[in-house]
Amino acid sequence: MSDTSQLQKLPKVTRPATPSALSNALVFGWRAVLKFKHVPEQLFDLVMTPIMFTLLFTFVFGGALAGSPSDYLQFFLPGILVQTVVFNAVYSGMGLSTDLGKGLFDRFRSLPIWPLAPFAGLMVGDILRHLIAGTIILTIGLILGYRPEAGLFGIIAAFAMLIAIGFGMGWIFIVLGLLIRTPTTVMTLGFTFLFPLVFASNIMVDPATMPDWLRAFVDVNPVSLMTSAIRGLMGGGVNLGEVVLALIAPVVLTAVLAPTTLWLYLRR
Amino acid sequence: MNDTSPPVKLNAPLDASPNAISARGLVKSFGDVRAVDGIDLDVPRGIIFAVLGPNGAGKTTLMRMLATLTRPDAGSASVMGHDLMTAPHAVRTAIAMTGQFASLDEDLTGRENLVLLARLWGFRGRAAKARADDLLTAFDLSHAATKQVKDYSGGMRRRLDIAASLIVTPGVLFLDEPTTGLDPKARKDVWAMIRGLADSGVTILLTTQYLEEADQLAARIAVIDHGKKIAEGTSRELKAATGSGFLHVATADPARLDEAAGILEQRLGHRASRSTEGAELSILAGTAKDANEALAALVGQGIELSDFSMGQPSLDEVFFALTGQPGADAGRKEATL
Ligand SMILES: Nc1ncnc2c1ncn2[C@@H]1O[C@H](COP(=O)(O)OP(=O)(O)OP(=O)(O)O)[C@@H](O)[C@H]1O
Ligand SMILES: [Mg+2]
Repeated sequence: MSDTSQLQKLPKVTRPATPSALSNALVFGWRAVLKFKHVPEQLFDLVMTPIMFTLLFTFVFGGALAGSPSDYLQFFLPGILVQTVVFNAVYSGMGLSTDLGKGLFDRFRSLPIWPLAPFAGLMVGDILRHLIAGTIILTIGLILGYRPEAGLFGIIAAFAMLIAIGFGMGWIFIVLGLLIRTPTTVMTLGFTFLFPLVFASNIMVDPATMPDWLRAFVDVNPVSLMTSAIRGLMGGGVNLGEVVLALIAPVVLTAVLAPTTLWLYLRR
Repeated sequence: MNDTSPPVKLNAPLDASPNAISARGLVKSFGDVRAVDGIDLDVPRGIIFAVLGPNGAGKTTLMRMLATLTRPDAGSASVMGHDLMTAPHAVRTAIAMTGQFASLDEDLTGRENLVLLARLWGFRGRAAKARADDLLTAFDLSHAATKQVKDYSGGMRRRLDIAASLIVTPGVLFLDEPTTGLDPKARKDVWAMIRGLADSGVTILLTTQYLEEADQLAARIAVIDHGKKIAEGTSRELKAATGSGFLHVATADPARLDEAAGILEQRLGHRASRSTEGAELSILAGTAKDANEALAALVGQGIELSDFSMGQPSLDEVFFALTGQPGADAGRKEATL
């Protein structure tokens, strides 16, 4: 057959100059972009829940919770952005678990590349996802009447913070993705862990009306701290303390889980 | 383990050892299961070497250890002159592996998969695309270059998976069951491909459950079972240990199978074994003439045959001859020639 004759003509190919770690990471980032091109429906998963939440809470509960839907939207929109980013991280863990199940990472692991490069690529994909989903939600919010009082710079700062939050939370699900070979289990576990964090927070309601024991939790819940900071950044009146508090969880998660990821991945 | 050590040049002096792979006492356990239980292996450069064994024998585990994907519990090995334990990164510069299950990104196109890997190896921009296109042409996949891999057939997937291991010509190519699940035509294509690669100087270590595959391709064969190497040699040597002319017989009346076995054993002087399904007999028959006479004796006794054939021993029978026990679960259907 044609294969053999052509294969015998295949010249011996030697390796070009060793690429840098950054170049390896960018290749994986390119892979994440290609995934958007080929599987655009993944965005549907990402934005449908937050869009439904926004509409449901604003119009069904908004009047009761804040006097009028438009007042509630002003309170709720920054929070739903945090929720979107946090839930997004679960999908990235599922993607990793799927890749690992298929043996794709075995090929990556047998290549002489920077070992963390595949994860850097996942992160690039995540950041793109956060940006796209965040922009869609914000646009819908603007159409419904949300007014970002801190203006464009407030929005840019808030999105930078969202990316930091997504980056930090992303490690949790990368570790889960490495440990669990069933993508749906990653999802179930992820949401089981995230639901209490997201609902027992100040995203949907002001904790002032909650019982003391619950408020004690809500006040220190990292998701609340993140939401307060995003609210401040977008609505104006943020202070440095809020920003620092919001960044504690992402920084700690990265410091602990990035080395864990490397260890789990290289363990063999 | 220092995995981030700077890559060692392929042509460093280290590289001069005569064997592409040299392993001593490799062991790997998973809980109570000793998947690989003390295997020594020497694979000379430039040959096709087959590791033959039934399901669960430890083939994949052995190969993954040699490809730096699994760390051995004990033992040592060098691959293209690089030590597996102390220089895994250097080993990775000299090998490529196509695993038992496709290691491709199903969402991307065939070309994108290859360009991705070419870039990871250090080809830039246009050079990466050119490398991908060369391989697509060589593996007869140009027509499917822009199709997503999830739409590929099993055979196309396998070819792409092997092409993905050849971005840079490896010193050693590991192929884990390269033809399992392929139809006979696709299997022959992959065989031709493997031969072509070996001709161009690549050392190939492949695993297989098919005796015929090892027989067709490999200069040397190691038979493993329960994590241990139970035989090694050329195909001819292994067959000589088993006997090459096997007579397979099925009686029209299954109730007379035992009677037929008695007659054959008496005529041919060997033990007859029943196939796993119990409907057929296999027995070593020195020559075709002996076999003919034995068949005539059956007919002479009025035993009607529904089927008979002369052939190579099955993997089961090779195992039987080598170990005195039937192979773990090597089905005759799969292993017969
Ligand atoms: N990651 C693992 N965890 C636990 N047990 C494992 C693992 N990998 C392999 N094993 C066990 O080790 C033994 C050898 O498995 P291995 O996959 O190496 O066999 P194999 O010869 O490749 O089989 P097959 O022909 O089915 O591919 C089996 O008993 C298997 O169950
Ligand atoms: Mg296997």
